[in-house]
Parts: sequence; C-alpha cells; structure tokens
Amino acid sequence: SSVLKGGHLGIGGGGRTVKDSTCHSTDFEVHRNWLAITHNLPVSQWYYEATSEWTLDYPPFFAWFEYALSHVAKYFDQEMLVIQNLNYSSQATVFFQRLSVIFTDILFVYAAHECCKYVNGKRPGKELLEKPMFVLAVLLLWNFGLLIVDHIHFQYNGFLFGLMLLSVARLFQKRHLEGALLFAVLLHFKHIYIYVAPAYCVYLLRSYCFTANRADGSLKWSSFSFLRITSLGLIVCLVSALSLGPFAVLGQLPQVISRLFPFKRGLCHAYWAPNFWALYNAVDKTLAVVGIKYKFLDPEKIPKASMTGGLVQEFQHTVLPSVTPLATLICTFISILPSVFCLWFKPQGPRGFLQCLILCALSSFMFGWHVHEKAILLAILPLSLLSVESPKRAGIYLILTTTGHFALFPLLFTPPEITTKILLMLLFTVYSFSSLRALFRKEGPLLNWLETIYLIELVPLEIFCEIVFPLTPWNLKFPFIPLLLTSVYCALGITYAWLKLYVSVLTESVTVRQKAE
Amino acid sequence: MEKWSLMTITVLLGLIVRWTVSFGSYSGAGKPPMYGDYEAQRHWQEVTYNLPIKQWYFNTSDNNLQYWGLDYPPLTAYHSLLCAYVAKLINPDWIALHTSRGYESQPHKLFMRATVLIADLLVYIPAVILYCCYLKETSTKKKIASALCILLYPGLILIDYGHFHLGFALWGVLFLSYNWDLLGSLAFCLAVNYKQMELYHSLPFFCYLLGKCCQKGLTGKGLVLLIKIAFTVVASFAICWLPFCTEVEQILQVLRRLFPIDRGLFEDKVANIWCSLSVLIKIKNVMSPQTQLKLSFAFTFLTLLPACIKLTLQPSLRRFKFALVSCALSFFLFSFQVHEKSILLVSIPVCLMINEIPLMCTWFLLVSTFSMLPALILDGLLLDYVVTTLAFLTVCATSFSIFEKTSEEDLQLKSLSLSIRAYIPSFKAFPKIIKSLFIVSVTLMGILTSMSATLNPPQKLPDLFPVSVSVVSCLHFLFFLMYFNAIVLWDSRNGRNQKKIN
Repeated sequence: SSVLKGGHLGIGGGGRTVKDSTCHSTDFEVHRNWLAITHNLPVSQWYYEATSEWTLDYPPFFAWFEYALSHVAKYFDQEMLVIQNLNYSSQATVFFQRLSVIFTDILFVYAAHECCKYVNGKRPGKELLEKPMFVLAVLLLWNFGLLIVDHIHFQYNGFLFGLMLLSVARLFQKRHLEGALLFAVLLHFKHIYIYVAPAYCVYLLRSYCFTANRADGSLKWSSFSFLRITSLGLIVCLVSALSLGPFAVLGQLPQVISRLFPFKRGLCHAYWAPNFWALYNAVDKTLAVVGIKYKFLDPEKIPKASMTGGLVQEFQHTVLPSVTPLATLICTFISILPSVFCLWFKPQGPRGFLQCLILCALSSFMFGWHVHEKAILLAILPLSLLSVESPKRAGIYLILTTTGHFALFPLLFTPPEITTKILLMLLFTVYSFSSLRALFRKEGPLLNWLETIYLIELVPLEIFCEIVFPLTPWNLKFPFIPLLLTSVYCALGITYAWLKLYVSVLTESVTVRQKAE
Repeated sequence: MEKWSLMTITVLLGLIVRWTVSFGSYSGAGKPPMYGDYEAQRHWQEVTYNLPIKQWYFNTSDNNLQYWGLDYPPLTAYHSLLCAYVAKLINPDWIALHTSRGYESQPHKLFMRATVLIADLLVYIPAVILYCCYLKETSTKKKIASALCILLYPGLILIDYGHFHLGFALWGVLFLSYNWDLLGSLAFCLAVNYKQMELYHSLPFFCYLLGKCCQKGLTGKGLVLLIKIAFTVVASFAICWLPFCTEVEQILQVLRRLFPIDRGLFEDKVANIWCSLSVLIKIKNVMSPQTQLKLSFAFTFLTLLPACIKLTLQPSLRRFKFALVSCALSFFLFSFQVHEKSILLVSIPVCLMINEIPLMCTWFLLVSTFSMLPALILDGLLLDYVVTTLAFLTVCATSFSIFEKTSEEDLQLKSLSLSIRAYIPSFKAFPKIIKSLFIVSVTLMGILTSMSATLNPPQKLPDLFPVSVSVVSCLHFLFFLMYFNAIVLWDSRNGRNQKKIN
C-alpha cells in the first residue's frame, strides 16, 4: 500500500504538472490573491481588502496557512505576491501552486493510511487486490472528485479532507480529545465542515461525556463526567480563541462573519448543485412554462432574470413560494434530526457516528443555501469507509459516487479536459464497481435493475450534453439545457441514495434495539 | 477481480498518462522557421492533400523538400492523407497549401493529439493487450503487470507521433506466435511500408521464417510455405507502392528520400558507436563517405550474423524475440544515419520479454528513455520525463519484484555461467555483479539528468551534457548487445521444454 500512496502523489504530481499549460480556473487566481493579501497586509486588513473580487472568505487558520505558503512562494516568483497583479500566472507561479497542493496532500495520504487500519474485512481475500484495506485505499486516494477538484481545478481539499478523515480515525481509536481537536482546527480552516458539526457534538456528548451505558444500551445520566466535558469545551474554546481572537480584539468579528457567510448570493449558483432545490427549481420552471402555455399565468408578471445566468444573483420563483435562507436552515435542521436522534438514543460506537456524519453531510447538501456541487465530496469520502464493509452500503456508495462525480462534469468544459475527465471517470467507475463486486461476490448483485438502468443512462446523457447538443441550433437559444439536465438527473440519483441510506440506518438501529431487548 | 476489468483499468491508465503528457509542450513549439516534428506531420497532411501523388516525393515549386519533405514510405503518406481529409472537415486553414506553414493553435494541437491517440488505440494498444492476455504459462497477475508496464513505457509516451509501425510489428509477432505465418508476414510488410526503420527487424523475421521452412523440409511443405510467404510479401509491397509503380523514376526518387545516403554517418547526438567514437577520433574527417558506408555495413552485419544464423538453424519463438532485440540493437549501434528515436525499435521487442527477465528489461527501458534525454529537454518535456520514468520504475519494481529475482536462472544466463564455470570453477558472481551495476547505472542516470536540467555547460564544451548522455547510453547498449547475444547463442532450450516461469 505504500506503492499506492506513492502512486497517488505521483499521479497527482504528474497529472498536475503536465496540465500546467491548460487553462487555469478562477480558483487559481483566488489563491494567488490570498497569498498576496496575507503576505503584504497586516492582519487587521485581511478581511477588509477588496482590490480583487475574490475576497478572503475562509476562516483565519486558512489565512495563516496562506501566509506561511507566501513565505515559500517568494523564492519562486516575487511578482505573484503583489496584490495589484490580478490574474498573474507565470510558469513559476503555477508550478509553485501545484506543488503546494501535492505537498499538502501528504496529510491526506497519512489520514487514509490511518483509516484503512479500521476497516472491518470479514473475508480477507487471498490476493492483495481483494483485501478491503487495499480497495479502500484506492477509493480514497484516487477518488475522481478529489483529483478533479484539487488538481485539475485548484483547491486545497486534499489536506482538509485529510484532517477530517484523521479526526474520524482518532475517534475510532478512542482518542476522543485528539479527534475533537482536529475537528475544531478543521472548522477554522474551512467553515463548510460545520455541516457535520452536529454529528461530532452529539457523538462526543453521548459517548464520551457519558462514560457508561445501562444494560439495555440507554443513557445512564449518573455517569456524566464533568471533567470530560470541560476538557472538550476547553479545546474548542482554545482553538476558537487562537483563530478568531485577534479579530475579536480588533472588533472585526462582524466583518469576518459577513465574509464567511455571504447570504447575498442566491439559492443556487449558475450551475445548480444537484440537491433538493435543483428539483424544486426544475418543478417551478416547468410549472411556469406549462402555466404560460395554458394561460394560467400572465407572462408580464414573470421576472426576466434567468436562474441559470452567469452571475449569482437573487431571484424569485414564479409559481412555487420563494425560498429564504431561513427556510433552508429549517429544512436542513429537520432533515438532520432523525439521524442525530438515532445517534443519541442508540449509539453504536464510532461506526454509528460515521453514519450520522455522512447523513448530516448529505442532508446539508440536499437543503443547504448556495451549495456547491463539490460539497458532495463531504459525503462520498466518509462513505467509502463504510462501503468496503457491507454490501448494502456498497450499493448506496456506488450510486452516490457515480452520480456525484458525474455532477462534477460541468466544472471541466474545455476540449482537452473533456477527454481527461471522461477517462478518469471511467477509470474510477470501472475500478469501484469491479472491486466492490469482487469483495462481495458471495452476496449477490449490489444494485437492482432500476438502479443499474439509471446509472447506465448517464452515458447517453453525457453524449447528448457534450457532443450532440452543442451541434444543434438550440445551443444558442437555450444554452443552459445541458446544465439543467445534468443537475436534475443527478439530483434524482443523489436524493434516492440519501433516502436509501437514511432508511437503512434507521431500520438497522431499530433491529439493534429489538435485539437488545 | 476479473481479468477484463483489470485490463480495462490498465488500458485506461495508459490512455490517461498519454493524454496528459500530450498536453505538455510539443517538439518545435513556437520555434520558427523550421519548428519541429509536429510541424512536419502537419506539413505532410498539407502536401498529400493538395498535391497529386506524382509530386509527393519530388522537389517542385509547390513542394519544397528542404522544408520537411516526405521521407517515409507510402503508407505514412496515405495516413497523412486520411488525417488531412478529417482536418478539412474541421478547419481547412490547417492544411491550406503554403499559407498554413507554422500553424499553431489550441484546437489544432487537440486535433493532432487526437489523431495520435486514436492511432495508438486502434493498433498499438490492442496488440499489447492481446499479447499479454495470451502469454503462455504466466499467472493473471503477471499478465496484467506486463500490460501495465508496457503501456507505461515512458519512451513511447513522450514521443509525440503515431506508432503505427510498432503496432503493426507487434501484430506481426503476435501472429507468428500462433503460427499464422502469412498474416504475420503481411503485418510486418505493412510495418515496413509505414516506416523504413522497421527494416531493422527484417532479418530476424526472415531468418525465423526461413528456418521454419527449412525445418518443415525444403522439398515438401517447407517449400510451399516459402512460396506462400514470398507471394504475400511481394503482393503487399505491390499494393502499397501501386501509385508509384508507373515509372521507374518515381520508385527511385522515393528510395532516394527513404535512404539519404549522402547525409553522412550520423546527425546530432545519437547514442551510437560512431557518434561516441567521434569524441576521440573525428571519423567524418578521416574517411570518405563511401568508406564510412562500407565500414558501418560491415560492423552491423558482423554483429548480427551470429544470432541470425543460430535462429535460422534452430528457429524457436523465444529465440526469435531475443534475435529481434539483438539485431535491432546492432543496427542502432552501427548503422548509417540513425535517429535517436530509433531506439524505440529496440525497446518494443524488449517490452515483450518483460515478464521473463524483468530486471534486465526494466534496466534497458530506463536507459533507452534516458538516451533520448537531450531531445526531450529540447522539446520542453523534462518534467514529464522525470515523472513518467519514476512511475515506470516504481510499477516495474513492485509488480515484478525485480530486486529479489536476480538468480542466474532468472537472468537467463544459466547456460552461459555453466560454460564459464567450466574454465573458472568459482565463478558465481553474476547476480551480485548485475545488481550492483544496475544500482550504479540508475544513480548515474539520475545524476546526469539533474545536471543536464539544472547546470549550464562550460563555455568550451557547450555540448558536454548531450555528449555524455550519448556516450553513457552507448556503453550501456554495448553491454546489452553482448547480453542479448549471449542469451541467444548459449540458449539450448527448445520452445517446448521451457520450464514454468512464474
């Protein structure tokens, strides 16, 4: 498995450095800008600087990380650190940025290594290729989504997911304080992980602060340990103080919060993330079109702004009620509740926590405000850990991964990238299907016929969207149709996987309770 | 996991590596007035599409042979014509006569890369996969590993034009291993008609088939087979050269373009004996061109005769594959006007034996890629070279555990060492010698690579690094020549009696 890790870094390294000559995404300029801001300006200016449109909107730890990187950057190319050099991208700059991602991925490799130790392989295969540990390592390290987002686009998700997986591994190893510390640090690197914070809170409270259970598995109130909850609280407060302290002292907290949570952006951005709101929007549009055709609605009253236009802007739904940030928050909260209750009342140890984490991530993805399709990785990577253990989870994993990854396709649209993404997607899909099928050979097929047909239909969809549609005359009139189709089709798959996972987790806990009684 | 899914994954990995590398820089990018091989390919499309066949190989006002004139046999020209038809559908500017010189743009690069990838996908990759799937007496794991290593061979990936000729030659070997001699000869003739360098492989094919015919008896079945093969060869050549057969002058002109005898013994820095010797003696100044020609012929044939004779007398598939390597290597080292990329003609047969002698094959393939380093640096492919070479070394080292398998039997040197022990009883040192040599060699290559990449050569010796790369590679190739010849000459096994190699 050391080869795999080397291979991961290698493939990442190779793939990246060779793709230097292709076009850069805006993420590249975003991070260059942040390097410049943190290098040149004093801390008090970091969250006020607005020369470039890509302002600093990650928590302070990430800003300090960029600051540290900038000190290495100056040996590669001084010019990238000048704030006014918007869209500066010399060879050395690109090389340095790509190298930094590869380097920070080492943490991800280490975390994957730690997680692989806790895989419960019931049937250790004779061959290396059939061992659950090996399969999990490949599914994590060569995850298509992560490769695309980190290395072809440009983000630092590798090491952030590494932190998350490492904290999960620590919780598996019963090193709860370390796990909590790692998660607190992670939160202050990228606040999107707040999606899974409820799982952590409830699990640590229930399984760590209450040191013992009664005979039937329910809560033993008397075993509450003040020491433990104080230590947890201390860790969280310390980390937050380190991160937000300087800004609180300067009185800049409101500014920081407004940068971190920009609610001015719309419900969906230009390409709808395949969540519930995509389906909601699609239904709304269909009803609007139907309504205009059958004269239920007055065409004059409908706003002209298209929801899939290039700029992110607020818009109103025409037929169905408009959605506010508060509404999405309430929906998310309600959807998390069953899994959290499950974790509280029927804790199944670290595995139950992992299930709750995945469900929190998925539910937040389904109902969140201005969700980006990359957020599906938050659910896919932890689900990999469960997929090598039981055939049911493997089936759900296959559906979620294939649809989730397919939904990332619109991120890469230039001709050279199209071939790359198709080849990489085929590679990952063929591997995941055949390895999981080999692992669970004796359990029968992992997917039923309906699910298989759904996944196979992705191929014609892709051919239509990328090849056929651009050659038709509708391409000019309705340029958003491929994006809409992709988004809605994937939303169906992801919703189905979410519901299926929920049902299986809830029914499992019911059977556990029945067995206990 | 099932074999087909593993093979699919291997093929996809190979394709991904090829595609990502092909988006790096290409030869002659942005370097007027002559640009590089990429422009040559584009120019051939332009010439074949716009001019009548009679003018392709002639120096006319429309066709300036000095600017990347066609110097490959007709099949290359037909292939360029086909690509030109496709190019015309997409963007006629790419092949407009005269005005499209030096045309460089992203869509055009995409088109050229796509044609190379499709050519590989149709001919080379299926040949590799079928060859590995039908290897006899190897486990599935070894088959997949061989396919992966062959597809990840850096030399072929870093060279940015189509490898039809290697693909056809591979099909030839594949057919011959099934005793489909006629198909094998046909495939090989197509390969020769694609690039004339395939003639390096012609002697082993000829000797092997001749030997087979002799074995079957020259008066009965053997003669029939010989006649059939001869007929196939003549027919395939005739079909390929049909448009040129109308006038003798046409054929002569094509031959003149294919074999530029007046261009001298070598050009640029090649890992060739003549180029390395010229460090010490300026051969070009000492001898006349005629003498040079005769000298190189003499040496080439001297070095390849022993293996060929043995192959004719005792033909076996195994000996045939080894002979392919040694003959091609002899040609590469001693022949006339050798291009550094001709080392690929030696590497591909070596790839075929990667599951039998993994250590030596990996070593050879590393050296062959290293020998092309000066050209790769010139084309801006240094980083790709480093990454692909490291990946290749890692994959080979882990799949075949080359460092453990260094016994005499693994190195196929048992017969040789037995003979040596007849004279020197205590000679047991082959494994240790070879292992340490390998490590020294890899270190040396690494050092030379980093020096070439980072340091500037001293003023007095501007070509220091390319020359040292060439000389080092040449020494390695001489060593490998002796090694492969040793295997063929001391090999006393027949095809049937091979022990199980796993």
